[in-house]
Amino acid sequence: MWKLFHQLASPPHFYRLAAVISPWLAVPGIALIAYGVYAGLFLAPMDYQQGDAFRIIYVHVPSAYLSMMAYMIMAISGGIGLIWRIKLSHAVAAAAAPLGAAFTFLALVTGSIWGRPMWGTWWEWGDPRLTSELILLFLYFGYMALRGAIDDTAKADKASAVLALVGVVNVVIVHFSVEWWSSLHQGQTLMKKGGPAMDPAMLYPLLAMILGFTFLFGSLLLRRVRTEVLFRERRTKWVREMILSPEGS
Amino acid sequence: MENLAMGNYGVYVWSCFGLTLAVVLFSDWRARLRQRRVYRDIEVRIKALEER
Repeated sequence: MWKLFHQLASPPHFYRLAAVISPWLAVPGIALIAYGVYAGLFLAPMDYQQGDAFRIIYVHVPSAYLSMMAYMIMAISGGIGLIWRIKLSHAVAAAAAPLGAAFTFLALVTGSIWGRPMWGTWWEWGDPRLTSELILLFLYFGYMALRGAIDDTAKADKASAVLALVGVVNVVIVHFSVEWWSSLHQGQTLMKKGGPAMDPAMLYPLLAMILGFTFLFGSLLLRRVRTEVLFRERRTKWVREMILSPEGS
Repeated sequence: MENLAMGNYGVYVWSCFGLTLAVVLFSDWRARLRQRRVYRDIEVRIKALEER
């Protein structure tokens, strides 16, 4: 098991494996999203309180979920890199940050657009879910800025991993904010005690979108990690041999 | 047409879906662009070293 783990964490092995897996994640991801978009926009019934505006849920919830998941991947990979000094895990953390920032931006903007017709405002500073999600975006920016500011990759890896681990507290706050404090934002929909509080006709497209976004995120992440690995390993023998081989990458 | 209007919420719903598509496509394009650049830079450096 440990041997397999080390083999997977070997940069040349991972580089080749990721090239094979990435398209296999993208294809089901796109198919699930296509179904989710069609069913969410045209088949799911209208919400009796929110009307058709509720359909924003099909892009807002997957984005918000990925904003937190990407951060956890970044923090856990950074932590693994700090403890076990696995180079690949720092590459994963570095590659997850821009994607996490993109999905956090999407969660914030789609949430704001949804809030305008429902709450009568684009933004509410007193709302814990909104402000903690904004802090999450700043954490991503801070993480990327810190990496960019340190030339030495090993030092940048360590410093950014510590920042990512500290920021996990904010992810917990984002997740539980709607339960801990009174909030304009609605409570948990899917992870509610007693099961999701949605009609199956609304729920299935949402689950398809969440799964589809996750597959697509996985595919994008693998592609970014490959680039990060290639850059970090640019002076190694295996990269030289791969570049000079007739098949290339 | 009525479907597209989304009961007067069309501008909110479609802008969210459009923005999501744009961000996902942009992320994909950025990833491909960086991959190509990094690969090309390494290729140029290695081939220059080989020619010496």
